[in-house]
Amino acid sequence: MAETQTSVGGLQSLPALLDRNAREFGDAPAYREKEYGIWQSWTWAEAAEETEALALGLINLGVKEGDFIAIIGRNRPYMYWSMVAAECVGAVPVPVYQDSVAEEMAYVLEHCGARFVIAGDQEQVDKVIEVQEKLYRLEHVIYLDPRGMRKYDHTTLHEFSHIQAQGRAARDELIGELDARRTKLDYGDTCVMLYTSGTTGKPKGVVLSNRNVIESAKNSSEFDGLRRDEEILAYLPMAWVGDFIFSMGQAYWNGFCVNCPERSETMYENLHEIGPTYFFAPPRYFEERITILTIRMEDAGRLKQWLYRKFMAHAARVGPDLLDGNPVGAWDRFLYALGDVMIYGPLRDRAGMSKVRVAYTAGEAIGPEVFSYWRSLRINLKQLYGQTEATVFITAQPDGQVRADTVGVPSPGVELKIAENGEVFYRSPGVFVEYYKNPESTADTKDADGWVATGDAGFIEPDTGHLRIIDRAKDVGQMADGSLFAPKYVENKLKFYPNILEAVVFGNGQSECTAFINVDLAAVGNWAERNNIAYASYQELAGHPEVLATIQGHVEEVNRSVAEDEILSGCQLHRFVVLHKELDADDGELTRTRKVRRRIIEEKYRDIITALYDGSSTVSTVTQVTYEDGRKGWIGATLEVRDANVVPVQQKMAAECGAQVRRLGLRAHRPAHRPVWGTR
Amino acid sequence: MLDRTEGYVTADGRKIGEVAMEMKNITLRFGGVLAIRDISFDIREGEIRAIIGPNGAGKSSMLNVISGFYVPQEGEVWFRGVPRPPMKPYQVARQGIARTFQNIALFEGMSVLDNVMTGRLTYMSKGICAHALWKWGGAEEEEVANREVAEKIIDFLEIQHIRKTPVARLPYGLKKRVELARALAAKPKLLLLDEPMAGMNVEEKEDMSRFILDANDEFGTTIALIEHDMGVVMDLSDRVVVMDYGKKIGDGTPDEVRANQDVIDAYLGVSHD
Repeated sequence: MAETQTSVGGLQSLPALLDRNAREFGDAPAYREKEYGIWQSWTWAEAAEETEALALGLINLGVKEGDFIAIIGRNRPYMYWSMVAAECVGAVPVPVYQDSVAEEMAYVLEHCGARFVIAGDQEQVDKVIEVQEKLYRLEHVIYLDPRGMRKYDHTTLHEFSHIQAQGRAARDELIGELDARRTKLDYGDTCVMLYTSGTTGKPKGVVLSNRNVIESAKNSSEFDGLRRDEEILAYLPMAWVGDFIFSMGQAYWNGFCVNCPERSETMYENLHEIGPTYFFAPPRYFEERITILTIRMEDAGRLKQWLYRKFMAHAARVGPDLLDGNPVGAWDRFLYALGDVMIYGPLRDRAGMSKVRVAYTAGEAIGPEVFSYWRSLRINLKQLYGQTEATVFITAQPDGQVRADTVGVPSPGVELKIAENGEVFYRSPGVFVEYYKNPESTADTKDADGWVATGDAGFIEPDTGHLRIIDRAKDVGQMADGSLFAPKYVENKLKFYPNILEAVVFGNGQSECTAFINVDLAAVGNWAERNNIAYASYQELAGHPEVLATIQGHVEEVNRSVAEDEILSGCQLHRFVVLHKELDADDGELTRTRKVRRRIIEEKYRDIITALYDGSSTVSTVTQVTYEDGRKGWIGATLEVRDANVVPVQQKMAAECGAQVRRLGLRAHRPAHRPVWGTR
Repeated sequence: MLDRTEGYVTADGRKIGEVAMEMKNITLRFGGVLAIRDISFDIREGEIRAIIGPNGAGKSSMLNVISGFYVPQEGEVWFRGVPRPPMKPYQVARQGIARTFQNIALFEGMSVLDNVMTGRLTYMSKGICAHALWKWGGAEEEEVANREVAEKIIDFLEIQHIRKTPVARLPYGLKKRVELARALAAKPKLLLLDEPMAGMNVEEKEDMSRFILDANDEFGTTIALIEHDMGVVMDLSDRVVVMDYGKKIGDGTPDEVRANQDVIDAYLGVSHD
């Protein structure tokens, strides 16, 4: 249990780890960033100096212990230094999603009462200025990139490099103060505060202590044997707990190098250049890469296409076994080796995954087809189950025990229990301190003994000890005939098709399942181009009869696949609609980490859902959209509701399913969306 | 109308300097067609100066006179206090004038980076022999130094992700941006933009406007531009020249021009007798 362990060799904070790294291997690269077309790098000693200069500058600017410093920007070494510098001076860093619109940002800044903001560029500064009136506690804004900032009023605006220069100039005077604050830091102090994206309601500020972060980093590093020579690419939002643990916690604990891409648009290219050994991405990323690959292959010559199909089929058959060290016949091995030279090797290389030792996907369930695709290329892709509240790690898959349908065994130091109703609870050194200024939510989530409710329904497989997550506890339900309803399962099957970007399945309490589908503009646009189909907008393309026919084909294939699963065969899709707009985080339909917000979508598109169930063949709708600059607009469309063929399921099966549901202790909730899971 | 010889300070606090380029009674004829008749105006250091007018007003001809591509039959072009004799385009470039074109004129088969590097041509003096010797002829240092400038411009215009992409594969809006990059790479004293926002959507126009303002702010580049989108012109420019049928019908700040009756008539279409 966490409380029994007080420190790891006196290293009780990120500043202490930084200091150790600078002392013990000061010449090793700590950060790289591509700028002006060249990878610039900083050693640990340099990173420590830069951080100290900033910390001194912050004291000079008047940062007090306990202040909150919001950090808004893309992944750059300077922004990571800002987080450590904030901790050095006893303040709490609060990374904020850089793509948030101004009001979202206002909520977070207001909630934590940030006195200081460190912003990446003019765009972020503009957003802060836009909402400044509401933020009565905000005093100073520091910006990194001076471009376009010359004409701004600089009474409370400061350039990052100037703050550092002032810090360096005042070193003699302030270093005593800084050292005093730094040495005071211990395991109980707050390391960072992260706002959870929240699929429901307003974001909550999760307070993580040094104990949470360092213990989690240490345990997970040992689990995967991470070393000092790992290379990672920091490209996921800095406000997301995963990035904080990988690019700060684990990087500082192990002393490995964090590489920052030149821009978000160059991420693929930079990934290819760096070739990380340790990689992390949400399922969506792996889906996207397959989509791109498929598009490219469709443009390739016949021979290449044939080779690709042949060898990918072979890889799907023997690749995972090879990766897990299971016995594989000599001929199959030979064929795989041949494929490795011709297909798999180049594919891995293009994806920037040729040096990957450990790759994780988490944040959401990954479709088994997507998962196996990458595994079959002998990329050690594993699943991880985690939460912000757990400082990421709850369970992870050990090497050699990787399966698409489980999320692995409890991570080191984590205890699991499954409640009566099927909800997963955990207790670990990573368990968060509290939700900031929200004792009720804290009490709802974490009980007195430190057990935390995940909100997910699952069970532990008796023979392997692996945890299987069925769905968000809130999302799992029962259909009218009593069979199990698990939307995510079907959605993931749909999303495997490159043409489908996002899907939302409905059917809780209904007699049949239906779905919203978003087509993928890249894949479908490419198809349209090759077939000389002209389209003026996403909306027009999404409504094209041939696109609808293709999607219908996918839906029916998914139905056949779903029908094979006894428990979930009731989740076949009877009707579907291809939406006229992409679901978007700016419209609140997705979280910033791109998870579907079911409740909001159900509210917003109620008219379309009604049409899905009342048998009408078309539906006219008007939808509000939010543009990138925060303006709102309306788009109208008439959508075609399509029927899909389903595979008949025998009645007997449905009865069995009911038994299965009961065995799992799953209880469905009624369509009124009453919360029924445990105490929540 | 403005008549300031000492320069002035704009509403947003930028100091506009002395006259950089002055058109004195320019008249340009193509055979019998009178493209520009007796137009005079000036462009000041650090200024964003727009030339507007309906179709066929002679705006592009005017820009070609400024860039030295057309030699006017009458009148003089003064650049930095001296009258400019008829020049070859490369001589004009060496004087520190760069431009973009209404119909993009990039090297389609070359990468974005190579296109931007061509903007550095006037700064490169090593000959073919030095390049053949590379290490020993000093060509390497020269290329590295110029590449650095090019990379800074690429960073400035946020086109890193297409650095190695052949221009032919780019969409229109990005091509326009690459053209601006090439012009900026020449570190011009005077930058001429021929319809920089033509054919762009609102978002691309916003981006382009920001780049133009930032270029003016960051590098102190004097900019003369032709543009159709009135909203853009009025927001961007410090002073505006309005042309109609080859004549100058207005000159002044955006507000002054907007209030000018001749300008209103020209845009609303009063018949010319």
